[in-house]
Amino acid sequence: MSELFRRYGTGMALAMLSGVAIWVLAMVVLPYFVMVEYSFHPNLTVVEMGGPKDHYTLENYASLFRGIDLVNLEFPDDFRVFLRTLWGATLVTFICLVVCYPVAYYLAKVATPERASFLLLILVIPFWINEILRTFSWYIMLAYSGPLNIILKALGIIDAPVRWLSGSGGVLIGMTYAFLLFMMFPLYNALETLDRNQVEAARDLGAPTWRIHWRVVIPHAKPGIAVGCIMVFVLAASSYVVPALLGSPGTRWFTETIYSWFFEAQNWPRGSAYAFILLGLCVAFILTMMRVFKVGLTDIAK
Amino acid sequence: MQSHRASDRLLTIYLGLFLLYLFLPLVVMAAATFNTSRFPTVTPWLGTTTRWFEALYNDAGMWVALKNSFIIGFFVIVVSVPLGVAAAMVLNGVHAKARGFLYAVMVSPLLTPGVIIGISTLVFWDRLGVKGGLHLAVIGQSSFITAYVMLMVLARLQRFDSSLEEAALDLGASHGQVFRRILAPHLKPAIISGAVLAFFQSFENYNTTLFTRGTDTTLTIYIASKVRTGLTPAVNALGLILIAVTVAGAVAYEIMRRRESARERAAEKAAEQEQMSALQLA
Repeated sequence: MSELFRRYGTGMALAMLSGVAIWVLAMVVLPYFVMVEYSFHPNLTVVEMGGPKDHYTLENYASLFRGIDLVNLEFPDDFRVFLRTLWGATLVTFICLVVCYPVAYYLAKVATPERASFLLLILVIPFWINEILRTFSWYIMLAYSGPLNIILKALGIIDAPVRWLSGSGGVLIGMTYAFLLFMMFPLYNALETLDRNQVEAARDLGAPTWRIHWRVVIPHAKPGIAVGCIMVFVLAASSYVVPALLGSPGTRWFTETIYSWFFEAQNWPRGSAYAFILLGLCVAFILTMMRVFKVGLTDIAK
Repeated sequence: MQSHRASDRLLTIYLGLFLLYLFLPLVVMAAATFNTSRFPTVTPWLGTTTRWFEALYNDAGMWVALKNSFIIGFFVIVVSVPLGVAAAMVLNGVHAKARGFLYAVMVSPLLTPGVIIGISTLVFWDRLGVKGGLHLAVIGQSSFITAYVMLMVLARLQRFDSSLEEAALDLGASHGQVFRRILAPHLKPAIISGAVLAFFQSFENYNTTLFTRGTDTTLTIYIASKVRTGLTPAVNALGLILIAVTVAGAVAYEIMRRRESARERAAEKAAEQEQMSALQLA
């Protein structure tokens, strides 16, 4: 701190510190605390706030789990949406990893540098295009008489058109497409640092291709895998637009539940509690990945 | 060796399919703009038209949304760039022990889901009596966009030779002069690209804006609501225009970035060579 004052003088150091205080406290930390505090209140009118009815309660959290019947495997609506979100986000993360891995490997280790640099430029383009437009493009692709059904039918893969937009298929396809490149770039960055000689050595020693990948390439790519999975999972679990555009009432996402608690049921404390649960889910996933793959926060921020 | 080449060919085919998968939906969406069909599609093709651009042009709601997006983007730059620069400088100047913790707090908004940033901003300001609207969208977006600016400035700051500052101070320059004449010019490229990124992030934001916007509409909100109610190829026309602008911008940005890093590499090389020749002279 004293170094700050010495280097920049009192006036500037104070200005800088107050700027940081405004950002960190008023825009980041305090809003979280207020949201969490709010989530432990009952839903009251403005008049009732601070009155006798205003006391701390766990009701908003308990309501998510109330009515779970593990014997008959019956779950209340909101909890079912929560499970669907958890499962869907995990699935999307896994699909992204599988789809991206060969491409990232090709770019990092097989293609010539000129070619890789050109392809990367091409790949960046959809990355820059708005998530909503990317999702909307699949809305057209997946329509009942749309291009995808026509292509699949022409290839003989399906006999009759599929109603993509009324099942979970549309949401999963759309999310994979929307978040794919968040997996691609961390993977590519990690693989790029792999020494080609290691692959050659393994090959010379007679390792088959799958084992080279399993024992040499994938272990090297671990930090990239971790970062990519964290990005995709958090984006998928907290996506609103993809399920809203490509889903149906039967494929509701947890973010949609939160939104309706806020703006349809007008129950903000409940919405805040659910938002905190979603945040907890994401943090749990991030910490697990960091632990399993042994990566730090600085690796992720890159 | 044979199998090696075969697997490479397989990879190339896979890459081709991957690129098709990546771009076909965007091409289809763009192409649907020119179909006469009232529902945006390319199958069947009912006839070629440009009337959906006209329909878009005549949609007053779109212009309001576009204006709002620009207003928010402008103020996000105004808020997040100075805060991001200050944060980077503080982070660079504090004790190493505090740095790790402060860094974690500062990058945490980048890992926080956008909807949660929106919700916490909404709840926090509501309790202070401030309702949703464009101003709240600016605050909500800036809370994480500042982190992007901070990271960009920090990267540049770490390559700054602080002995230049020392020298200027020793020679009697004021702190203000040192900042204006030495540090600010060094940080300028990072500040400019930070501002560009900030505007872009703001313009395409949906999740945070959804909760903080009150009753105002931004362009992303407009598109999403149009898709669900009142979808015509006019939305495709807007998408096509946005994609064209984005692609042009992205290519320009990418080329600029690559040229910049090439220039830096060349400068480093020159400095190295200078050092080598100095050593040889000695």
